[in-house]
Amino acid sequence: MADLSVNMCGIQSPNPFWLASAPPANTGEQIMRAFDAGWGGAVWKTLGTPIVNVSSRFGSIDYDGAKVVGFNNIELITDRPLDVNFKEIAEVKKRYPKHAVIVSLMVETKEEWRDIIKRSEDAGADGLELNFGCPHGMCERGMGSSVGQEPAVLERITSWVMEYANIPVLVKLTPNIGDILDPGRAAVRGGASGLSLINTIKSVMGVDLDRMVPLPRVGDASTNGGYCGPAVKPIAMHMVAALARDKEVGIPISGIGGISNWRDAAEFIALGSTTVQVCTAVMHHGYRIVEDMIDGLSQFLDEKGMTSVEQLIGHAIPNYKEWGQLDLNYRVIAEINPETCIGCQLCYVACQDGAHQCIHLASTDCDAYHGVHDHAQSVRTKWPSVRHDELHDGKPRVPWVDIDECVGCNLCELVCPVPGCITMKEIANPAGPESWNDRVAKGLA
Amino acid sequence: MSWSPLPTDRLEQGFKDKRPLYTRAEALVEANRCLYCHDAPCIKACATGIDIPHFIKQIAHDNLPGAAKTILSVNMLGASCAQVCPVEVMCVGDCVFNDLNETPINIGRLQRYATTEGLKYENTSGRRLFTAKPANGKKVALIGAGPASLACAAYLALAGVKASIFERDPLPGGLNTTGVAPYKLKADESLDEVQWILDHGVELHGGKALGRDFNMSDLLDEYDAVFLGLGLGADHHLGIPGEQTPGVWGATALIRAIKNEAGFKVPAEIKQVAIVGAGNTAIDIAHELAEITSAQISMVYRRSESDMSGYAHEMAHARQVDVRLVENARPLAIEVSAGKVTGLRVALRSGEEVLPCQWVVQAIGQERIATQLDLSVDLDEKGRVKVNEFGLTSHDRIYAGGDCINGGKEVVNAAADGRESAFAMLKSWGLEA
Ligand SMILES: Cc1cc2nc3c(=O)[nH]c(=O)nc-3n(C[C@H](O)[C@H](O)[C@H](O)COP(=O)(O)OP(=O)(O)OC[C@H]3O[C@@H](n4cnc5c(N)ncnc54)[C@H](O)[C@@H]3O)c2cc1C
Ligand SMILES: Cc1cc2nc3c(=O)[nH]c(=O)nc-3n(C[C@H](O)[C@H](O)[C@H](O)COP(=O)(O)O)c2cc1C
Ligand code: SF4
Repeated sequence: MADLSVNMCGIQSPNPFWLASAPPANTGEQIMRAFDAGWGGAVWKTLGTPIVNVSSRFGSIDYDGAKVVGFNNIELITDRPLDVNFKEIAEVKKRYPKHAVIVSLMVETKEEWRDIIKRSEDAGADGLELNFGCPHGMCERGMGSSVGQEPAVLERITSWVMEYANIPVLVKLTPNIGDILDPGRAAVRGGASGLSLINTIKSVMGVDLDRMVPLPRVGDASTNGGYCGPAVKPIAMHMVAALARDKEVGIPISGIGGISNWRDAAEFIALGSTTVQVCTAVMHHGYRIVEDMIDGLSQFLDEKGMTSVEQLIGHAIPNYKEWGQLDLNYRVIAEINPETCIGCQLCYVACQDGAHQCIHLASTDCDAYHGVHDHAQSVRTKWPSVRHDELHDGKPRVPWVDIDECVGCNLCELVCPVPGCITMKEIANPAGPESWNDRVAKGLA
Repeated sequence: MSWSPLPTDRLEQGFKDKRPLYTRAEALVEANRCLYCHDAPCIKACATGIDIPHFIKQIAHDNLPGAAKTILSVNMLGASCAQVCPVEVMCVGDCVFNDLNETPINIGRLQRYATTEGLKYENTSGRRLFTAKPANGKKVALIGAGPASLACAAYLALAGVKASIFERDPLPGGLNTTGVAPYKLKADESLDEVQWILDHGVELHGGKALGRDFNMSDLLDEYDAVFLGLGLGADHHLGIPGEQTPGVWGATALIRAIKNEAGFKVPAEIKQVAIVGAGNTAIDIAHELAEITSAQISMVYRRSESDMSGYAHEMAHARQVDVRLVENARPLAIEVSAGKVTGLRVALRSGEEVLPCQWVVQAIGQERIATQLDLSVDLDEKGRVKVNEFGLTSHDRIYAGGDCINGGKEVVNAAADGRESAFAMLKSWGLEA
């Protein structure tokens, strides 16, 4: 079995799966249960001067019956006394010396940073995470994302921390920014040992239309919250990859945002994460999800012949290129498998109205005849007319693809409800690869 | 393979699967419906306690070997259970969707998909889902190669114990091979599963019967422990006149002919069949005959439908193939003319009547095989081997499980019993499972 243990800028962890700083990592009792379930590490719920929370504080969106596709919150940092938190941190480290315990911090003045770092180290923390990401509440008080959005401030505070800290320091970044490289490079300049991202995205979850109050509702009012969960994964992966590709960054990354299974985790790792952190999926399904994250990832590594998770880190980065480097001669076309097609015709309507009008209903006349599923001719060429409902015996609802017109956009494959029914087939191009940059270089563009 | 190949002209081969193998697309769509309940009721309804939502999520996340392992690690007969378990009254019957007026998750078919894909993975990758620990010198003899012994032997072998099964019949698998309805599981599928279990280092001695070829003291001399997975005995008879006539069958004997016998056929002159009994075996044989013949199949039961021990869902399926139920009818005699069955005389509330038929099938239970052997263990008043919660009998080195201790339940119970006995033996030797 592949070795799942990782070393994240000096922090040892039995596996790359960490709880993100959030409600699942609120107390020592929870974190110990999570470790028992298999989590390799936890970033403690952000500590600072304790605050008062509002009620209610969470919102979520469902999509066509799928619950919690996206999640949002307006809660602040820990609402429990610091003494209690530090006592519990010490207890967890005593009982679980091999697991990674990272303490997330958010305070204001240099003195406060010095004190809280000392207390964290005294409690036995393996590392620190600086919360420069919270986009609601705390930022109104000059902390959280208001730091993360100002590279100069971020760099300054990071360098204060580095002055005092004797353990690795991760800077947690906010995605509420124009270019993630700005705060990422600032953290590196400030001396950070690693980066964590993303924190949540500014969001409004909905509106109570009877009361005319946005959601989640606190009495007769609401405010913007932080968005997370499966819906933010693509945004997070882009930011992780952008930093992993950047030559000025070069420090380990802890990937966060919408991770809920081993595959999500493997994708983040392939894009340059050394560890991954999870919040929403645990809030939805509990600590137990880590079991298959561990099993699925090791299974995957074994299948790929990788002996450790370290070998997967950043594996997809070399293939992440600029648009101008992509091969303009590469072409795929859609192919519908009549055996598995259930005749919903969603591909048809998507292609007609949302793409390039090249999927046709079986009952449509076609000006070409070629007898089989392979429609090698355009409907606009002059061939004898043929109706397609005779094709695919007894399955008159199977649409057909006019392959000359298909641009290979993927839309039909994406909307098809039957996994594997529509596939994108590669078409050989004798011309060989040529990118936009090649064309510019040849003076053709 | 340590048995001769099955005949290729078995009547069972004509049956269509009731729970066919899902395609990947079907499995994914179904798997994604599961709510992943906490402390899920489906798990509690499974005698082997398979972590059902977990394996379903593993299917959804494309970890098929993982899904198979989740199932098989607690139930080495997970593949046949997927096909034979009466899920309607077990896991599926307890799925929370039943309370939402929503179709419950099709757990049996998902389990079949997972185990099938898991074994396929073993063949294509060359990796095993489970590997046996090195031999630790312990030896166990298991009597009968049915689900109970197979499960027990598998867990023993994985723990490094030498497990030797002695089976009276030429074919292993017990009732999975000879008795379960062919629209659920066919003999070749059962034998594939047996072979998979043997591949973990279990030894099989076919055609070797306890009480005929060796006795209990021989085993106790040679082995550290003995496991009894004897199942039940031959079909019970009513003890009414005419029973010796050709055309009067015991239900399990007839099912075995359908499942295993070369070229077995129901003769064309059989136009009506009377099945005596209303348990699951009676419903099974009625359903099977109704599917393969055009004969009128009547189940004859001495009490009323609400007293039936057979499952309501199975009876409903049987009715769909035109099986009918004659209630409150007590068989008195088999009518015979010129050496052939012509009818079944019954006492109805309204008086005596002869139900015309050319075959009579007696499905009124099976004998308690344990009463016919010298086992050196205590039996209860119903002829079942007495055991404690870990399957230990009154003898400190003899364990037992499956139908011979419970009087006839399901494959999954036998699988659970076998596992528990294996774990209890290992524990008694200070070994780990
Ligand atoms: C007709 C029928 C249909 C059924 N359908 C289902 C179903 O759909 N689903 C379900 O879950 N369950 C079903 N069952 C029940 C299920 O088959 C049993 O509960 C299960 O097979 C019990 O396993 P076992 O190992 O205890 O016994 P068995 O499967 O009966 O195996 C016992 C084995 O021991 C051997 N044996 C007996 N005596 C000796 C001896 N002296 N020496 C050596 N070997 C010996 C026998 O030959 C046999 O192979 C059905 C039962 C019947 C009769
Ligand atoms: C209710 C809630 C509270 C959170 N609290 C914190 C916090 O105190 N500190 C912090 O750094 N991030 C906090 N986060 C952000 C998460 O740590 C994480 O970055 C974000 O949720 C994205 O991951 P996910 O998609 O797995 O949820 C919180 C998120 C949620 C949903
Ligand atoms: S009860 Fe139904 S929905 Fe809940 S976990 Fe089991 S199969 Fe899934």
